Amino acid sequence: MQRSVSRFQAVVAGGLAAFLLSCSGGSKAPAESASKDLMVGFIYVGPKDDYGYNQAHAEGAAAVKTMPGVKVVEEEKVPETVEVQKSMEGMITQDGAKLIFPTSFGYFDPHVLEVAKKYPDVIFLHAGGLWTEGKHPKNVGSYFGYIDEGQYLNGVIAGYTTKTKKLGFIAAKPIPQVLRNVNAFTLGARSVNPNIVVTVVFTGDWSMPVAEANAANSLIDQGADVLTMHVDSPKVVVQTAEKRGVYVAGYHADQSALAPKGYLTGAEWNWPEVYKRFVESVKGGKSPGNFIRGGMKDGFVKMSPFGPAVSADAKTKFEAVKAEMMAGNFVIFKGPLKDNKGKEVIAAGTSLVQTDPVLEGMDYLVTGVVGSTGSK
Amino acid sequence: MELRQLVSRIARQVGALLFGLLLFLIFVAVQGRNPLAVLSDLAFGAFGNSFSWQNTLVRTAPLLLTALCTIVPAQAGIVIIGNEGALLMGGLGAVLGSMAFGFLPPAAGIPVILIAGSLLGAIWISLSGILRQARGVDPTISSLLLHYVGLAIFLFLVEGPLRDPATLNKPSSWSIPEALRIGRLGSSDVHVGLVLGLIACLGMWVLLKYSAWGFGVRIAGGNPRTAAMMGLPRNSPVIAVCAIGGACAGLAGAVEVSAIHYNANASLASGYGFSGILVAFAARQNPLAAIPVSLLLGGLHAAGGILQRRHGLSDASINVLQGLMFLAILMADGWGASTRRTAKG
Amino acid sequence: MLSFIMALVAGAVRLSTPFLFVSLGETITEKSGRINLGLEGILVFGALSGFGASYLSGSALIGVVAAGIGGALLGAIHGWLCGRPGTSSIAVGIAMMVFGLGISFYLGKPLIQPKAPQLPDIDLGWWATSPAVRAALRINLLFVLGLLMAPFLRWAFRSTRYGLIVRMAGENAQAARAAGYSVECVRLLATMAGGALGGIGGSFLSLYYPGAWTEGLSSGQGLMAVALVIFARWDPMRCLWASLIFGAAGSLGVALQSIGISQGFHLFNAAPAMLTLIIMTASSSTSGNSGRPRELTVFS
Repeated sequence: MQRSVSRFQAVVAGGLAAFLLSCSGGSKAPAESASKDLMVGFIYVGPKDDYGYNQAHAEGAAAVKTMPGVKVVEEEKVPETVEVQKSMEGMITQDGAKLIFPTSFGYFDPHVLEVAKKYPDVIFLHAGGLWTEGKHPKNVGSYFGYIDEGQYLNGVIAGYTTKTKKLGFIAAKPIPQVLRNVNAFTLGARSVNPNIVVTVVFTGDWSMPVAEANAANSLIDQGADVLTMHVDSPKVVVQTAEKRGVYVAGYHADQSALAPKGYLTGAEWNWPEVYKRFVESVKGGKSPGNFIRGGMKDGFVKMSPFGPAVSADAKTKFEAVKAEMMAGNFVIFKGPLKDNKGKEVIAAGTSLVQTDPVLEGMDYLVTGVVGSTGSK
Repeated sequence: MELRQLVSRIARQVGALLFGLLLFLIFVAVQGRNPLAVLSDLAFGAFGNSFSWQNTLVRTAPLLLTALCTIVPAQAGIVIIGNEGALLMGGLGAVLGSMAFGFLPPAAGIPVILIAGSLLGAIWISLSGILRQARGVDPTISSLLLHYVGLAIFLFLVEGPLRDPATLNKPSSWSIPEALRIGRLGSSDVHVGLVLGLIACLGMWVLLKYSAWGFGVRIAGGNPRTAAMMGLPRNSPVIAVCAIGGACAGLAGAVEVSAIHYNANASLASGYGFSGILVAFAARQNPLAAIPVSLLLGGLHAAGGILQRRHGLSDASINVLQGLMFLAILMADGWGASTRRTAKG
Repeated sequence: MLSFIMALVAGAVRLSTPFLFVSLGETITEKSGRINLGLEGILVFGALSGFGASYLSGSALIGVVAAGIGGALLGAIHGWLCGRPGTSSIAVGIAMMVFGLGISFYLGKPLIQPKAPQLPDIDLGWWATSPAVRAALRINLLFVLGLLMAPFLRWAFRSTRYGLIVRMAGENAQAARAAGYSVECVRLLATMAGGALGGIGGSFLSLYYPGAWTEGLSSGQGLMAVALVIFARWDPMRCLWASLIFGAAGSLGVALQSIGISQGFHLFNAAPAMLTLIIMTASSSTSGNSGRPRELTVFS
């Protein structure tokens, strides 16, 4: 017994030694083998193929991968804690990345800022409109897409398609970006028919499949026959709508494959175009800018192709509005506008263009929305 | 415990971990990856260079404290799995402490914030202890349920009454003032929380092993009837150990808020509490063993990034490795017990 | 008001099914004297196996069967590990949870995008004119199965030989051994049965509601179900009521919002946990839980 025990211990010691020896190894970093290429890093907070927010960014990354002289590394499911800092640093120190896309909104403060300070030669481009001149380092940039234009168009189509005049919006949290989408959708729908009512349900967090299914079913039970959403992965809502035989307008990415009958159209990000532009800039030695925003007209957002249920009238109106957006003439948020408690939020005669910072602080729901932001 | 037995036991645990690692390498080989390259990247990513070490230590720090939230009550026979809830309450406590006492100079303010967090965490887990003593409610289950309640209260407060209006699209509480944030150790990225965790683990080990109170707790945990016969009070160890465990997890939350996030928001709930449960069980509820186990777990997660990027192994692969190692340790325990049994005849 | 109540009823039916299956399965396991905290991992693994099998075979029913087999498999590992001397069943449970979740997420990566054939529903409300009532009465086969299983199990525990053997293993292992039954074998089979039911409960999530495979599918439902068993005092019929109450509590927040009440939606998300805690506190007593199988201790 004695000898077999120490033989076992010897094996264990040997195994441990082998492990410790391999600590100093590490495979050849891709950067060492092809130092001319630009290494770009993408970090996602969720899975890359979630049919939603992260997939939209991953599609952008896929487009970047096809560019000559560019290499891409990706990490998914990185939480918004010190771990993302380490992920970014790992890409920089271990893989030689010179351009990083930390794609989740919550990565910016403090994580991106901390790492950006440490590596002033690396460019960090973040999705969200947070960069402020003078406050944030120069090697960080914010980009932002006015996807509420897409939700407005969703609303227009929904307005033509609904028979019950009740629409449903499943949202994560009542933050300004979400409220902007809810309001844009409602304004779009009510521009077609002022009697339409949109009920909004907040699930509490960005990815809660059971709560989203619950919300979708509840809204449908209450009579909603077109749904849309602002959650990280619209997959559950889209599938639920299809199963219950109602219509759905998509968001983030194209979910039409999941709802061949019920999918009307969708508001999508157009990151492939945008990211290729950014990478071209960086490759050419120029900074892409610190604060880049765009809507439909700049190619930052696009709409999914129409589904089978969209009527000809709907398409006509859609194209008309879209043309105005493309020409830069369309204002979604203009006065007189009241919130759903009756208070005036935009005075008569005031037009808030997309770039107006007032919109970044939106904290109300417009008339026609059933629900509250929870805080008041 | 004599040295030979201790060496034999450690050899068994390490052997089990290596076996788990071996199973994992076979697993990745079946998936078409080069197992030797994966092994070397795993080791390198965890302990290979200064960056890897910092990466590992930064992930180890919270685990040391959250593990104690299960380890300490376990000495009295109470299994707590609500560590994550206590961590969140600790984060909340830190913010509340900072809001109330933010004007204090760092020497006083930082301890106040950390104590506030620990206090709230202690209260939270004590609730499980109290419910058990007063109403016989199973503390394992109640601590888990309290996690969900705590998470809801945390989110409600942090995104509602305690929200800093400037944090529009990432609703967060008021920030900890810059002067009162916890700094880093020297020029590294590792924050002082690591030291606090090490002190806590060592302190708990000394307390439980060598103090009269610790002795009483372990007796009560091992055999309540013996404890009663010896005249040890029945109630107090339970609530006290819950309070201490909760204080540790609460401290972890307070440190995360003061050192990493600088405010409290939904990102605080990222699973450190649950990982602490894993560490506690893998360390067989021994506070000293929690140190190498936390280090190992931190190292595995630190290497996760490089595995994703170099080998296309998804983030879940580290969870699989973790699970295999943990299962292997459990099998080793059983094997050790049965060989001891057969040796004795 | 009617629509609100209907929303709660619909929610109760929809959300309760996974809890029902997992808690019934865990009741079997715990009646035999063992606790299985790994059910969270088993639930998710069942969801994955069910989804994968349905996707590959084209039939949701095959998915459900596969989920049951997957759950039984993990249950077997759990049971085997617990049967070895010197292991704590809580530790094993946590290990199985970690392993089960890890392997499910790993194997499930390629399944996040695809759609798999879903379980059909039974439209019991065809007579109703109100869409809300109709929707509330649209139930699933698994729910019906669960509804039937609860009284069946109660009867089985009371009156069948197998039920008595399981209970004996849980109440008095010595007596069971003396009567010639291998307690280890009984507990292993009971854990496998519990795992199979837990796996089937998981398949409900991925094959019906919400009907997709994602990594956020379960947020502690497996662990909550273990709480439900204690809350139900190890009585299968009480598991049924507890699951329904749980389901209704879980849909409270969303039901309120769909009629326009949005305040405090975070707090409503914790309604099931809060409710369970309150009821457990109100109904427990210091003399211990009646109905607890005597052999069911925390450390093995």
